[in-house]
Amino acid sequence: MVDFTKDDFGREIKLKFDHGTTTLGFCYDNGVVLAVDSRATGGKFIGSQSMKKIVEINKFLLGTMAGGAADCVYWDRVLAKQCRMYELRNKERISTAAASKLMANMAYSYKGMGLSMGMMITGWDKRGPSLYYVDSEGNRVKGNAFSVGSGSVYALGVLDSGLRANLTDEEAYELGRRAIYHATFRDSYSGGIIRVYHMKSTGWERISEEDCKDLHYKYENENPK
Amino acid sequence: MFHQNKKQETTEIAYNGGAVVAMKGKDCVAIAADRRFGVNQGQTVATDFDKVFEMGPQLYCGLPGLATDTLTVRDRLKFRLNLYELREGRKMSPNVFCSMLSNLLYERRFGPYFVEPVVAGLKPKTYEPFVCNMDLIGCMNEPEDFVVGGTCSDQLYGMCEALWEPDLSPDDLFETISQALVNACDRDAISGWGATVHIIQNNGKIDMFGEAAYSCVLRPLSLQPAGEKDKITTRNVKTRMD
Repeated sequence: MVDFTKDDFGREIKLKFDHGTTTLGFCYDNGVVLAVDSRATGGKFIGSQSMKKIVEINKFLLGTMAGGAADCVYWDRVLAKQCRMYELRNKERISTAAASKLMANMAYSYKGMGLSMGMMITGWDKRGPSLYYVDSEGNRVKGNAFSVGSGSVYALGVLDSGLRANLTDEEAYELGRRAIYHATFRDSYSGGIIRVYHMKSTGWERISEEDCKDLHYKYENENPK
Repeated sequence: MFHQNKKQETTEIAYNGGAVVAMKGKDCVAIAADRRFGVNQGQTVATDFDKVFEMGPQLYCGLPGLATDTLTVRDRLKFRLNLYELREGRKMSPNVFCSMLSNLLYERRFGPYFVEPVVAGLKPKTYEPFVCNMDLIGCMNEPEDFVVGGTCSDQLYGMCEALWEPDLSPDDLFETISQALVNACDRDAISGWGATVHIIQNNGKIDMFGEAAYSCVLRPLSLQPAGEKDKITTRNVKTRMD
């Protein structure tokens, strides 16, 4: 089989533009909360501290991205187009389940060709809120809480210890924010700005965009050593 | 098979991460380092790891690189330094210290310590600023402006070229070196998490004891007075913690 990681002269090509990431999403009584960092790295070099890792597919659909930056941006855009086409053809918004399946099917058709994506797709449709994990290996899983990316292990530690169904909105935002903050502290490849989104019955809402640095010193003052 | 998850090459020098920079000013020098200690590149284990060590009253040595070697080289340096000072009955000057360090590193030419040393100090008697760096096997470089070392040395060179100017006062030098280090670390994933800055200056007074401390008179080190001349300011700088 063809080796796509080599160019015509057998040299290694720069295929891996992975950005280390921490993203998370969880369901609770009032919908779904997504929280992500904003750092993009190439190796140990920090390429950007202001990446938008939450993609607004339409008013009722959000996607998060982790893995190859270009892959995620491109395929999220293709998904947005397909969702819009569905809407125009059927005079009805696409369900979260169908949208995530479109994504999973596209990813599966390129399986083994080097795509690198780990995304969460969340939305609010007729059946209410839902959250899916989709990746470039072809996985598509529905679930209550996910975290994706190099900092996901740290984020899950915080998230799992604080997740309840009956969180208030403010508690839920703070839980997501805190989980990402702790991941940015431990994981070198996560950082920058922490963005929090809320998926509601009325569509998504952008809750906050806060600098990790401000959060660090805020939390430190609240809880001095 | 294609799409083998080719692990990014983790070199020894970039395993733990870290950065050190030193600069000359007017009758003063500064040396600064970040405080991160990480493993496997990604995981930050501690944020209070010192990479710069006091080697004399006006002599500091930064050893960014593989953390285990940072500590080993520091200890071996200190051992040789003590032996020299005991035998000679005087303090070691920065250039002699660098030669000694270079020699120590070259002894391991074919199995090197993974450190990129940065030395800063004031020369005895004249109190002339001195900075020096070398590669991991001891090739010395002694420029008249600044030296850098560690995982974000590219970024540090860029910052230093942009910010440094000749004859900076101690206060301006502190500002310059801090900005250079902090902003370089902000473009490196495995450096940062706090910074320490040392400013070494002399207060202009020529005092006998300071002079005597460097003279060839053989006497026990304990009798040597701590030079009045050396004024060291050490400050921890707040930085981004991501």
